[in-house]
Amino acid sequence: MRRSAARDFLVGVFVLIGLGAVAYLSFRIGGLTYGGPGGFPLFARFDQIGGLKPRAPVVIAGVKVGQVGSIVLAEDHRARVALDVDPSLEIPADTTASIVTSGLLGDRYVSLELGGDTELLKPGDEIGFTESAIILERVIGKLVHNAGVSGGGAEGQEEER
Amino acid sequence: MTAAVQELGWLALRFVVDLGAMTAFAGRLLLATLTPPVRLRLFVDEVFKLGVLSLVIICVSGLAVGMVLGLQGYNTLVRFGAEQSLGAVVGLSLIRELGPVLAGLLTTGRAGSATAAEIGTMVATEQLDGIRMMSVDPIDFVVKPRALGMIFVMPFLSALFIVCGLFGGYVVGVGFMGLDGGVYMSSLESAVVFEDDVVGSFLKALVFGVLVGLVATYRGYTAAPTSAGVSAATTSTVVVASVSILVFDYFITALWGV
Amino acid sequence: MVAEPHVELRDVHMAFGDRVVFERLSCAFPRGKISVILGGSGSGKSTILRLIGGLVHPVSGRVLVAGQDVTRLSERQLFEVRKKLGMLFQGGALLDSMTVFENVAFPLREHTRHSPAEVARIVHARLESVGLKNVDDLLPGQLSGGMLKRAALARAIVLEPEILLCDEPFSGLDPVSVRTIEALFHDINARSAITMVVVSHHIASTMRFAEHVLLLLPDGPVQGTPDALRRSADPRVVAFLSEEYAASPPRLVPSGAAPAPAR
Repeated sequence: MRRSAARDFLVGVFVLIGLGAVAYLSFRIGGLTYGGPGGFPLFARFDQIGGLKPRAPVVIAGVKVGQVGSIVLAEDHRARVALDVDPSLEIPADTTASIVTSGLLGDRYVSLELGGDTELLKPGDEIGFTESAIILERVIGKLVHNAGVSGGGAEGQEEER
Repeated sequence: MTAAVQELGWLALRFVVDLGAMTAFAGRLLLATLTPPVRLRLFVDEVFKLGVLSLVIICVSGLAVGMVLGLQGYNTLVRFGAEQSLGAVVGLSLIRELGPVLAGLLTTGRAGSATAAEIGTMVATEQLDGIRMMSVDPIDFVVKPRALGMIFVMPFLSALFIVCGLFGGYVVGVGFMGLDGGVYMSSLESAVVFEDDVVGSFLKALVFGVLVGLVATYRGYTAAPTSAGVSAATTSTVVVASVSILVFDYFITALWGV
Repeated sequence: MVAEPHVELRDVHMAFGDRVVFERLSCAFPRGKISVILGGSGSGKSTILRLIGGLVHPVSGRVLVAGQDVTRLSERQLFEVRKKLGMLFQGGALLDSMTVFENVAFPLREHTRHSPAEVARIVHARLESVGLKNVDDLLPGQLSGGMLKRAALARAIVLEPEILLCDEPFSGLDPVSVRTIEALFHDINARSAITMVVVSHHIASTMRFAEHVLLLLPDGPVQGTPDALRRSADPRVVAFLSEEYAASPPRLVPSGAAPAPAR
């Protein structure tokens, strides 16, 4: 059985890199979390979330610090978004959470603008100040309306979401 | 004209009979899987033959497909100013469809045909009869390690194909087309959802592994004991397994997407 | 004539699809003796061996192996019966991905709980008894025709079966190897009284070492000892024996060849 020692080794290597690929796809790309030491959960309510999806990034100054968790409709018919951010962060109580778009037509994500309050948010707290997503069609519609252009081309350019 | 219709009828009939026979075969295989002996040594040998030896073709093809996706994807997206989403496009295409399907087809051609030829040759040289005469079940000794090996190996090969493809897309999108690396990756990561996309991808790969494993071993096992018979077994393995993969792909996609 | 048949076919009708091999064949193979099945091509000689082994089933009739009808047995029961059988296939049928040692050890490893040392001892003993030395690590593809048959023979007898079936063991062999195999058969039979059923078309060697002959002629079988057949007045028997005798060239007997069995 001499030739099997080398074969066994290669099979082992194969399984390792195969599992590595599987793990990479699952965790890194697919966003599977292994429920480790819990992140820093926060909540925010928005009138309009646009196309924000769970797992979308949460950023501060452009740097990803967490991701969006669940999105549910709250009792007051606003969207209640769960955020899971880096536990080592200090987030002042007057921080604003806005839903912004990557590029013009890209994916939505949540951007936090830190306030200056000395009081910090604790896990489970709700962010008081929020800015909803901007819906492009509404903006164009308003623009068109305000400019007083009647009928014609501009309205026909509303995009189908 | 009527001859053609007759031929079609016979084909359909043979197909159904074949299906029944293959199901019976699958049943015996399942029974052999659930009973000792485990045949681990043979299984590991098969993982080597089917998996390790397929690595090169899988990785090279994955890389190439990823690069093409990157190129085609970029050229199309840039027309809508949406080139930021290249990562998502490449990733979702690979993970949901191209990874499992192409890995399945490539493995069918390489490892599936080899397995069918191997078993078919054992039939032709009376080795299977020899095994029977020594009171050992050929399904347990010959078929089981090969079929299980194929099922085990397929999800890994699919994952490796996808990873190489993602890299290929990255090379083209970021390296050649000048996209920002971070944008590519974040677009990819936010678009891919583990529960839907990744799990669905592995499910497909697993099902395809079962298909190829079954078809290849069945065709080899029932090959006519001549060189023409072995050759027929090999080609029919590639044809039947490939078509089955594509057909099942549709059904799984339709059902899983619900 | 036949004392107590170890293997028996009763009224067997055998066909492959539309092609009838033989009808209503009844024959018996005596215990502990070397029986040879002779016949022209397509007469169904090898089919009889496959019937005995349960590899094929007859259309009708019974095939009795040590008293059990193998046509009525389930696959699992057949496996039990086959433990009493050893079969030497025409091409050897050794597993070509395993070495000679592994091939001969295969039945031991599957069906016994011998330690690796014990397995090695038995395998080497069997290989030596068929005249093979230092072939452990060779693959079947690397063996000459004669060595291949002998290795396959070693494998067939490694579990000391009651019955040894041999399908055309002399085909493709040079005259020296034929004598060697003959001597081995004689040896094995003398030592352990194994019942042997050999299929052959080699009239000369058959007449030399067989104790019982089954001659498959198109219109019916003829059974008897070699002497009885030689002295037979039956025109078909005479025709068969003389034709084949005339067809096979005179054999070279080099010095130091294996001794011919005493008859």
